[in-house]
Amino acid sequence: MTTAPTAPKINKASGAQQKLLAFASLIVLLLFFSVAAPNFMQTSNIIAILQATSVNGVLAIAATLVIITGGIDLSVGTLMTFCAVIAGVVLTYLGMPLPFGILAAIAAGAGCGLISGTLVAKMKIPPFIATLGMMLILKGLSLVISGTKPIYFNDTPNFYEISTGSLIGDIIPAVPIPNGVLILFIVALTIGYVLNRTVLGRYCFALGSNEEAVRLSGVNADGWKMAIYALAGGICGIAGLIIASRLNSAQPALGLGYELDAIAAVVIGGTSLAGGRGSVLGTIIGALIMSVLLNGLRVMSVAQEWQTVVTGSIIIIAVYADMMRRRKMT
Amino acid sequence: MTELVTMQGIEKFFPGVHALRSVSFDLVGGEVHALMGENGAGKSTLMKVMSGIYQPDGGTVAIAGQKVTINGPRAAQDLGIGIIHQELALMNDLTVAQNIFIGREPRLRFGRLDEAALNAQVEAIFATMHVKIDPRAEVRSLSVAKQQMVEIAKALSFKSRILIMDEPTAALNDVETNELFTIIRQLRAEGVGVVYISHKMDEIKRISDRVTVMRDGAYVGTVAAADTPISTIISMMVGRELEAVHVDIPDLSAAPMALEVKGLTRGRLVRDVSFSLKQGEILGFAGLMGAGRTEVARAIFGADARESGEIIVHGKPVQIASPKDAVAAGIGYLSEDRKHFGLALGLDLRDNIAMASLPRFGNKMGVIDDAALGKVADEYIQTLAIRTPSARQEVRLLSGGNQQKVVIAKWLLRDCDILIFDEPTRGIDVGAKAEIYRLLQSLAASGKAVIVISAELPEVLRLSHRIAVMCEGRLTGILPGGPATSQEDIMRLATLRADEPQGALA
Ligand SMILES: Nc1ncnc2c1ncn2[C@@H]1O[C@H](COP(=O)(O)OP(=O)(O)OP(=O)(O)O)[C@@H](O)[C@H]1O
Ligand SMILES: [Mg+2]
Repeated sequence: MTTAPTAPKINKASGAQQKLLAFASLIVLLLFFSVAAPNFMQTSNIIAILQATSVNGVLAIAATLVIITGGIDLSVGTLMTFCAVIAGVVLTYLGMPLPFGILAAIAAGAGCGLISGTLVAKMKIPPFIATLGMMLILKGLSLVISGTKPIYFNDTPNFYEISTGSLIGDIIPAVPIPNGVLILFIVALTIGYVLNRTVLGRYCFALGSNEEAVRLSGVNADGWKMAIYALAGGICGIAGLIIASRLNSAQPALGLGYELDAIAAVVIGGTSLAGGRGSVLGTIIGALIMSVLLNGLRVMSVAQEWQTVVTGSIIIIAVYADMMRRRKMT
Repeated sequence: MTELVTMQGIEKFFPGVHALRSVSFDLVGGEVHALMGENGAGKSTLMKVMSGIYQPDGGTVAIAGQKVTINGPRAAQDLGIGIIHQELALMNDLTVAQNIFIGREPRLRFGRLDEAALNAQVEAIFATMHVKIDPRAEVRSLSVAKQQMVEIAKALSFKSRILIMDEPTAALNDVETNELFTIIRQLRAEGVGVVYISHKMDEIKRISDRVTVMRDGAYVGTVAAADTPISTIISMMVGRELEAVHVDIPDLSAAPMALEVKGLTRGRLVRDVSFSLKQGEILGFAGLMGAGRTEVARAIFGADARESGEIIVHGKPVQIASPKDAVAAGIGYLSEDRKHFGLALGLDLRDNIAMASLPRFGNKMGVIDDAALGKVADEYIQTLAIRTPSARQEVRLLSGGNQQKVVIAKWLLRDCDILIFDEPTRGIDVGAKAEIYRLLQSLAASGKAVIVISAELPEVLRLSHRIAVMCEGRLTGILPGGPATSQEDIMRLATLRADEPQGALA
């Protein structure tokens, strides 16, 4: 490889290279499983993989926002469940129409995100601790509100369509992509745009890069940080809707452990836990790598216990590969 | 002349430190007002009060005759106050343009950013500054000097009436400094008031109209720059006369060789560099910014991988693949970028000083003898006159120059045979500088081999027994130290490019 003449070119090349690396790993995985497990490449299985990615992918996008600011959000999983329960309360208990349920879930997410953001930005509680606390609080509240029992959406006939219906399939029957996946891509495109093209996105990277410098520049650093956490919370609300719709119920005991899968996807996608760097595209590829891997192993009838071992190893290998690549550049 | 800022009786306390004691300061339009004082005198603190970062514990600030409370950086900006901080405050992951306009990005509707306008505006600012930096370059890819230019551009972009520059030239070379001075003069002509902080005494005469001196957090006096000799200003700063340090070049013909470097090469940065260094010798490295001096040091120290080249210590070839190997071979390196490589900012002085020599303070079980450690740390605080309430103060709370002294203490304690000092006096006041010169000389006198890399020619000339000059990665010559060599001789070699005919080579 020849060295590029100017620094910015090297950097641009590196960003593309990083995504290329993750993307190439994804392709290699797909090729491997399609050879190793003949029914892997069936349309129904591919749809299943995408379907499985939708929840983790949306949560991972929320986590990406927070991680780019140099923070971490451990509450995304239980917040998702909490939002699903809120939707259940509004739709099933109160019997309101569907749009109210959707709004309530997203608003609950944004509100909880705002609380996390306030704890972190105003009260200066380290993000790990603040969101660990929120994770447990929300888990408990979901159980309390629902009386520890699932809330079914049988009174809202269209609810399951949010995730399992297929707008695309209605138009082009050959590609019955479920709405849940469609939502994932809309969220990804939107947040990708927000990160790269808007003021909020700019402050995300700036805060993760050097928070003190942001403050010294006269920017309302705390306010923006709270906004970012709130946005991430709202996205968790969307994830809550997708999962509740897929199960046609809000399962209050669900949620714990999802945050780790989300963070894993972010990290595999090349976003730095140190903050300041990251991309939605990387996160999506990371989430896809995880679900392809899990699905492929399942199709190959690898025992569940071993699936977890493989996932763990992939996280470590992915991050190490990324670090090596970076070291070579400097 | 319009009165821009008047500060009166400013007080500021930090835990254990009375940083400002009833300080007065005033700035009028169309002047460059130099603020001088030793490390830790309180210059940066006073300016942080003026720019809203700190709230004073007493005293008044008036802007254009109006008493004001400046409760944050944004409020300061609104009052037309811009500041270039001593410690670079940039976001490494963002581009140059994004850094300059952080908080004031040109926007389209719905909070969307107008990146094209942003880059165009920054390009325009750079054009007026006559600097060539790509607005789209990521800040982390820039040299420290370029980063400094970005900070300056940022301050200029505010079009402030009051511009504070806290050691803006610490990392700049002569050409860049001249560019900056041209900009400052232009601003002054437009009626801007500039507060200028620097430890480079010659700059004060060149650029400033008035000089205010502080000592130990207190106001000493304000004088006109034109008719006050530098020596008077220095004695106001340090409270005593400084004796001149001069080179005494020892006879080293019988001294054993300490370090030999043969054919050191690392890409285009270091090209076939060979030199030797005797015990008891101080070898200065001169050259323009980017000549490859730091790269030579880092390659010797194993911080960067070299492509080829032999390193011989005390007559024996040594394998150096990492800093650990270098330290084991008795080589110490004091890096130019103390924030990134030299200090653990969150730890206290004691732990930082002991960092490279901790095992010496541990017993067999690895338990550290804190009492002994504290005693040693206190000794260095004494010798180097580090201004701190105690050895337990976190290093990040020290003034810039005092942080630098902590790094020096760390390597002195490590007791290496060969010491490489990269810009050892950057940001250090005149009094402490003289102290450090004396220290380096006594290190050499005690038989250690010392390499000093410095961008300041007077410093190289004052210290070195021999002077190695580099240009574009090559060693273009080695000159004798002392009065035999002039700054012009060094500059000639420092600009001797490869395609020109070779000049005198030692
Ligand atoms: N946040 C803080 N907490 C505690 N002490 C501080 C803090 N900031 C500054 N100090 C102390 O206040 C004193 C003045 O520091 P200041 O940075 O203003 O010095 P300075 O004149 O700018 O020195 P230098 O030339 O080295 O930059 C020093 O003793 C420093 O240790
Ligand atoms: Mg200072």
